[in-house]
Amino acid sequence: MAVEILKEKYRSTVGEVVLGATKDQGGTRSHTITVGGEGALPYLHFEGSIPNRPVVALEVWDMVPAEWDPLFEKYYGDVWSDPGTWAKKCVDEFGAEMIQIRLKGADPDLKGASVDDCIGAVKKVLEAVGVPLIVVGCGKPEVDNTLYAPIAEAAAGENLLMGVAELENYKAVTSACMANQHNIIAQSPIDINICKQLNILIAEMSTAMANRIIIDPTIAALGYGIEYSYSIMERARNGALQGDKMLAMPMIGNVGLESWRAKEANQPEAGEPSWGEQEERGILWEATTAMAYLQSGINIMVLRHPETLKVVKANIDDLMKDNSY
Amino acid sequence: MIIIGERINGMFKDIARAIKDRDPVPVQEWARKQEHNGAHYLDINVGPSSPDAVGAMTWLVEVAQEASKLPLCLDSTKYDAIEAGLKICKQPAMINSVPAEMAKMERVFAMAAEYGAEVIGLAMNEEGIPKDADSRIALAAELVAVADGFGISPDMLYIDPLVLPCNVAQDHGTEVLRTLREIKLISDPAPKTVVGLSNVSQGTKNRELINRTFAVMAMANGLDAGIVDANDDELMEAIASARIIMNMDIYCDSYVDVFMQRNR
Repeated sequence: MAVEILKEKYRSTVGEVVLGATKDQGGTRSHTITVGGEGALPYLHFEGSIPNRPVVALEVWDMVPAEWDPLFEKYYGDVWSDPGTWAKKCVDEFGAEMIQIRLKGADPDLKGASVDDCIGAVKKVLEAVGVPLIVVGCGKPEVDNTLYAPIAEAAAGENLLMGVAELENYKAVTSACMANQHNIIAQSPIDINICKQLNILIAEMSTAMANRIIIDPTIAALGYGIEYSYSIMERARNGALQGDKMLAMPMIGNVGLESWRAKEANQPEAGEPSWGEQEERGILWEATTAMAYLQSGINIMVLRHPETLKVVKANIDDLMKDNSY
Repeated sequence: MIIIGERINGMFKDIARAIKDRDPVPVQEWARKQEHNGAHYLDINVGPSSPDAVGAMTWLVEVAQEASKLPLCLDSTKYDAIEAGLKICKQPAMINSVPAEMAKMERVFAMAAEYGAEVIGLAMNEEGIPKDADSRIALAAELVAVADGFGISPDMLYIDPLVLPCNVAQDHGTEVLRTLREIKLISDPAPKTVVGLSNVSQGTKNRELINRTFAVMAMANGLDAGIVDANDDELMEAIASARIIMNMDIYCDSYVDVFMQRNR
């Protein structure tokens, strides 16, 4: 007798979000990228459709990232004084599918860059590369709230992904995205309840924005609470597939930033000889973190090391191979 | 819990008048209102006083579908009226209802199989409503078995254990709750369960309080669906809260709004 294989049936799908806009669509990108749309848990192609590949981005700053580990100088040292050239190298040489420009320079304690400086940095990246862009502030809400509207306006038509919106501070960035039709990163502190609530609040400001949200559940690096982020993302994705519209958004994570904060990635070999060679160890730390999040359904990963990007892309190629039967 | 909005029923004076005058306004208003407040199905009942049940049902189904996209729960003891409704339903409907009496089961299950409809099966037969849980479960098992003979999967079946007013038959309360739990053991997949919620409070004061208290107790015992007053906000809030406690929805501060707005 033939064995009937039981397959899970899902009631709903994750929403799709298109990032970037080509000339015909009012922007200047060479192509757009669509994320989301999953009709099953990650890579269970035999249970539902996984229509879009997860995307890997590299991180570019609007200032020299003095706080990064010195080993990055050999990759980015020749370009990191100019965000346009830096972004171009990331795309042309390292194969980044998106660029995240972090306007760290706007932080008054670092460079105190003006709004115009920040617009200039974003424009340089837009001119230098054709991939869709992610734009995030310096991380200080009082500063970032002054940046969102002018940048959103200056890049109107580009269909950016902008962020970040948080529960206590979402109105400025939401309005900026609403007015200029950009997409928004909704960030919650490893908390499914706040994640859902924030999505509801953004959707209450504009129902159209509900289809432009990318969830940033806040991820932790391997060894620093990865299991908490993982289970939150798993819960959100299960909710989405069961029909919870307020959790049915694609997800993004700052894998590079978090992984290269870990002691295990930064400790030179001389300090811990038994841990082995530092750079290889750091790449593994970042790649392992990334691969775990691929399994929890992440759609966009912002990485830092070019070698990690290669490894993760190969992993994505494997995961996207059809395993349906 | 699947909410079946009870309000389009000829027992209510405004709907009875609307049917008599063929005035679609009250019917469509209630269709929209119930959908707006979170109903998943609209119950359609022509009421006892309609001389032409078939004509009235056809008209009600037509006008309700003009106002709302919700699936319908066709509620009548006259099976010709239900069949007339099934013919024009734009999406699979629910038949409300059939008791565990062979002739009626044969008529209704054949019709359900033909139109792909779900069926509410009543845990009663020619002898009336049983007093205890065991007899109710036996009748539920009979409904499941006969439905199966017509190729209807148990999960297309909603068993109504029949709750009686708590001031008349107080001892039935615990029997109904036990029935709800044990019905799930009859088959795999298990049949679903439904109650006509407002029955529990007929003739009492504090009707709404009793309704919503029973609703959450029944949910905790596995109830899948209820024929309820979808415009009783406190009832809907209690159901939304019970869903959170039972881990059926993910909590957020606006969970009540989200539950009520689900169909908007």
